[in-house]
Amino acid sequence: MSLPPIWRQFLYETGEISRFTGRFFSQGFKPRYEITELLRQCFIIGYKSLPLIGLTGFIMGLVLTMQIRPSLISYGAESQLPAMVGIAIVREIGPVITALIFAGKIGSSIGAELGSMKVTEQIDAMEVSGTNPFKYLVVTRVMASTLMLPVLVILGNAISLYGSYLGVNIRGVTSFDLFFKQVFDALSFKDFVPAFIKSYFFGFAVGMVGCFKGF
Amino acid sequence: MHDVATIAIKGDAKSNSDGVLLINSLHKSFGSNHVLIDFNLKLEGGEQVAVLGKSGSGKSVLIKCIIGLLVPDEGVINVLGHDIESLNSYELDQVRTKVGFLFQSNALYDSMTVRENLEFPLRRHSIKLTPSERYNKVIAVLQNVGLAHTVDMMPAELSGGMRKRIALARTLILEPEIILYDEPTTGLDPITGKEISRLIKTIGEKYNTSALIISHDMECIRMTSDRIIMLIDGKCYAQGTYEELKKSNDEKVKQFFE
Ligand SMILES: Nc1ncnc2c1ncn2[C@@H]1O[C@H](COP(=O)(O)OP(=O)(O)OP(=O)(O)O)[C@@H](O)[C@H]1O
Ligand SMILES: [Mg+2]
Repeated sequence: MSLPPIWRQFLYETGEISRFTGRFFSQGFKPRYEITELLRQCFIIGYKSLPLIGLTGFIMGLVLTMQIRPSLISYGAESQLPAMVGIAIVREIGPVITALIFAGKIGSSIGAELGSMKVTEQIDAMEVSGTNPFKYLVVTRVMASTLMLPVLVILGNAISLYGSYLGVNIRGVTSFDLFFKQVFDALSFKDFVPAFIKSYFFGFAVGMVGCFKGF
Repeated sequence: MHDVATIAIKGDAKSNSDGVLLINSLHKSFGSNHVLIDFNLKLEGGEQVAVLGKSGSGKSVLIKCIIGLLVPDEGVINVLGHDIESLNSYELDQVRTKVGFLFQSNALYDSMTVRENLEFPLRRHSIKLTPSERYNKVIAVLQNVGLAHTVDMMPAELSGGMRKRIALARTLILEPEIILYDEPTTGLDPITGKEISRLIKTIGEKYNTSALIISHDMECIRMTSDRIIMLIDGKCYAQGTYEELKKSNDEKVKQFFE
């Protein structure tokens, strides 16, 4: 019995990316460590995607607040607005939307960059210049995106909550302190931790897939 | 000149009088695409040899095997007395410092300035230099190719011919004993092509390097090489000087000289 081509292709691709990931773990933690390049990638990957993630987060918080308000008013539960938005953002929407944007921006740019380096033989040139291109290019990028996404998620959440605070204040008046007190009263540590840990895996996956497609 | 004479070469100890590069019955295929079938070559110290072949005949594959970027299916490649396949990665890096490689597409790192491009091999091969020594070296090789003023520019700001010369400068910075040129003149206008050819010739004379020049540009080959090897059907089909091959009656050889 033979598999239909599309299934074979799927299994083949899965095998390849697993092997690529295996290579990351077998080479990534041995010297020589590319610390300078890692820091440079953290800067590029983290800092450069901050404006976009900040903007999206802000709009998300603002719009979510404005849209939920009428429904809550009809139940007479307007005072629950900060708590509800806070939980939604911190638990789920923040990490997922941030990771999605991160994948769109960083994942594709890593893929395009490495792909163009490959066709213009820059990867070969690195290898003959005494550099392991897998460590220099792939390991640093995957590590940088794994480390940077959680940071971006935290910043994105903060900006999002600020957007929500402004949204609450479009109609009605709530002080900054009161708003955040309500948000944090509704949240507990165990709302935050899984979302935070999850974002490491998102970051790893984005970096890995981007590098796999390009390298 | 080189220490190769004292090191016995696996498989071909006798003919290793002064050869800096020796290839013995090299086979390389990609799936069912047999690119190189029993290719042999010997490069003497200081010699400039051209490899001539059609597009897709496996010229780039050949020099990528020499530098260890591709692993041959069969055959022995001996560079400066080292059997490439038997080296570990550290030893391979050591050999690679003595072999310059000019890539067909230049392979300049486009996220780095010209200066960083040229410093890259020096840094990565852990060559001990102070920053000012390193900078002086960069300027010196750039002067060799007449582009010292571009040191702080990005590769994207340079013309194709300039990029080729920067790539050549990067090849020279480690002072290699052998230089592998992969189509140094393709994609350039005839005048710039000639300039590059002249540069290659000057480099060979000035530093007494050996060179393997891969090309299908007859003008470049005529100007730069002492000897020509014709790569046809994955084999060394014919060899000789430019004049000798030009007089050949063989159909396959003749078509290159028309
Ligand atoms: N990494 C690879 N995987 C599969 N096939 C390859 C690979 N590299 C080269 N080939 C095949 O080997 C053959 C020779 O390619 P090569 O690049 O050596 O040609 P070339 O002689 O350098 O041609 P050109 O003058 O156009 O540069 C081609 O048929 C190509 O498809
Ligand atoms: Mg080629």
